[in-house]
Amino acid sequence: MTSIADRIAGPALAGEADASARVALPIGLAPTISAPPVSERELRLDLFRGMALWLIFIDHLPPSFLTWLTIRNYGFSDATEIFIFISGYTAAFVYGRAMRDVGFVVATARILRRVWQIYVAHVFLFTIFLAEISYVATSFENPLYSEEMGILDFLKQPDVTIVQALLLRFRPVNMDVLPLYIVLMFFLPAILWLMKWRPDVTLALSALLYAATWQFDLYLSAYPNGVWAFNPFAWQLLFVFGAWCAQGGARRMTRILSSPITMWISIAYLLAAFYVTLTWYVPQMNNMLPRGLEQWMYPIDKTDLDVLRFAHFLALAALTVRFLPKDWAGLKSPWLRPLILCGQHSLEIFCLGVFLAFAGHFVLAEVSGGPALHAVLHAVVTISGIVIMCAAAWLFSWYKHSADKSARARSTIGNADLAGGSL
Amino acid sequence: MRSRWGIILGLMLLAVFGAAGVARAQDAGKDAAPGAASSAPQNAAPDAAQSCDVPAYLLTSDSPLPKVADAVKGAHVLNVLVVGSRSSTIPMQEASAYPARLQAYLKEKLPSVTVNVSVELLAKKTAEEAASALVKLVEDKKATLVVWQTGTVDAMRSIDPDDFRSAVDDGVAALQTAGADVILMNLQYSPRTDSMVSAPPYLDNMRVVAQQHDVPLFDRFAIMQQWNDSGEFDFFSAAHGLDLVKRVHDCLGRALSKFVIDAAHLDAAQQN
Repeated sequence: MTSIADRIAGPALAGEADASARVALPIGLAPTISAPPVSERELRLDLFRGMALWLIFIDHLPPSFLTWLTIRNYGFSDATEIFIFISGYTAAFVYGRAMRDVGFVVATARILRRVWQIYVAHVFLFTIFLAEISYVATSFENPLYSEEMGILDFLKQPDVTIVQALLLRFRPVNMDVLPLYIVLMFFLPAILWLMKWRPDVTLALSALLYAATWQFDLYLSAYPNGVWAFNPFAWQLLFVFGAWCAQGGARRMTRILSSPITMWISIAYLLAAFYVTLTWYVPQMNNMLPRGLEQWMYPIDKTDLDVLRFAHFLALAALTVRFLPKDWAGLKSPWLRPLILCGQHSLEIFCLGVFLAFAGHFVLAEVSGGPALHAVLHAVVTISGIVIMCAAAWLFSWYKHSADKSARARSTIGNADLAGGSL
Repeated sequence: MRSRWGIILGLMLLAVFGAAGVARAQDAGKDAAPGAASSAPQNAAPDAAQSCDVPAYLLTSDSPLPKVADAVKGAHVLNVLVVGSRSSTIPMQEASAYPARLQAYLKEKLPSVTVNVSVELLAKKTAEEAASALVKLVEDKKATLVVWQTGTVDAMRSIDPDDFRSAVDDGVAALQTAGADVILMNLQYSPRTDSMVSAPPYLDNMRVVAQQHDVPLFDRFAIMQQWNDSGEFDFFSAAHGLDLVKRVHDCLGRALSKFVIDAAHLDAAQQN
């Protein structure tokens, strides 16, 4: 039985197998890692990154009932954590291998080419954003929002704004993730170089920088004022932790991950976090947390990757690798294929998702009508957005493996997308 | 079986377009008969037709307003000062803006009390800039209650949320030291600027400050969102005249008056 999904997967898996055969490098987070040489790509990474892409898309649309499906409503962390971690993992995996095979200089050159691609993608998205808000600025006249419309004042100085956008200092809402990636990827060669020497020291340094961020309030300023919504000084911890796991850290943690104590701590923490989030959404529960706890806990800072968020992600990850084995048959099922495909083309699908979110906002704003119609339309926008993302991912796969023969022949090493992408 | 996959994809696409088509058709129907849904409230007097329903939990607070309660029960005078940015007024129509409506509703509900609501607009001022001016304002106006509407300018300028929080914190502390009760009012729900202004960090931080100082938070954002979701108002639509603004402000003024009376437990006071 060869479904089309299998057919697409075929070349990728084969290519991956070649590559890993040459460098028998263990991958995988799971306690089941002790298994023989891993010859297939880690589909769980693709699966969860694909899921993160879908959730980011849904979170970028105005809230609707579908928003309740996203994990940020059930705990502290959200799709961004998953995404950054997996990106750190796959990037370190792909380029770490390149660094061993072809040396530091060539690997660095490949990473920088990837950085450039992400940068171009960011600028492309900014252009679309500019078009969207210019339209809003000229068409929207509601005296109720005369103050809020002041946000469009920057259109009066396009020279400054565009230059600041190119410098990554001016970033509209929902466009904060790519600049973070650009910075993290830019420092990937240094991270990998350190990791080659001492992975644990690298992780310790990263944690130290994270602590220093909180202690000394390190940040990158933005234009016209404010700071980067994702502080790279803090978020690097997740990225480096992902890289550390890829460089054998996951294997060494096997024992911790498979211990029942870890499992129960994780479950307890996730339940506690769920309880706290409930108090945000159920007004009757407003006063069911001790005041002292609230004062200690709030605010749970996303900009600086609050420790509570990081811990929440760790707990989620620990449970995931425990209960979702690497060889789970479901990973091959056609039903999860769309998610996995999206995860395998993360840069393209991420950008498409941001664009579709803009477009979704636009459609929802343009079509007026009653709340019932709006809810229906909202669901339609969300679902067609996800379908478009899947179709595009499928198309990218097809290009990579069928249409673009030379790309296929050019081997897989250093090709970020094939090995799970490095966005 | 390539064809099976193709059929699934085809069906999904068909479903999507089908649904979109239905949505379009309904929309066209709406456009064809514009009078049906939207014009009824516009023709009527603002406060009569608009139900302005707000879920009870948005209009109650566990944080008290002791000085307001004392002033109403004792001197029968209530001086309210609204400090805010441009969303606290309607240009050229101040009498229809929510502070004036608040005064009207409070007078109606507290007939034996002299209610004065004054407004101080600090246009384009961040919380930090406003905080420094607050105390002097309170002393000048001898206000018992200060409604501090803030967050919009900070969100638009993406001020560091930590700085914003400490500014609001300082401002509330200063007001309390100056002897006034405080109500914090957060941002407007503005779906059109959703993709440009990130409100959540500012909403969260105002909630935190309100909790820490035990002051009531008038959740304008949630209330307006509620109205939008229930179909009371359509905040998405691009063109709206002054009429909508007036009705929204009227509803806000009414909700705020209920909120004040609830937080200060004035219902009981009136019955005595």
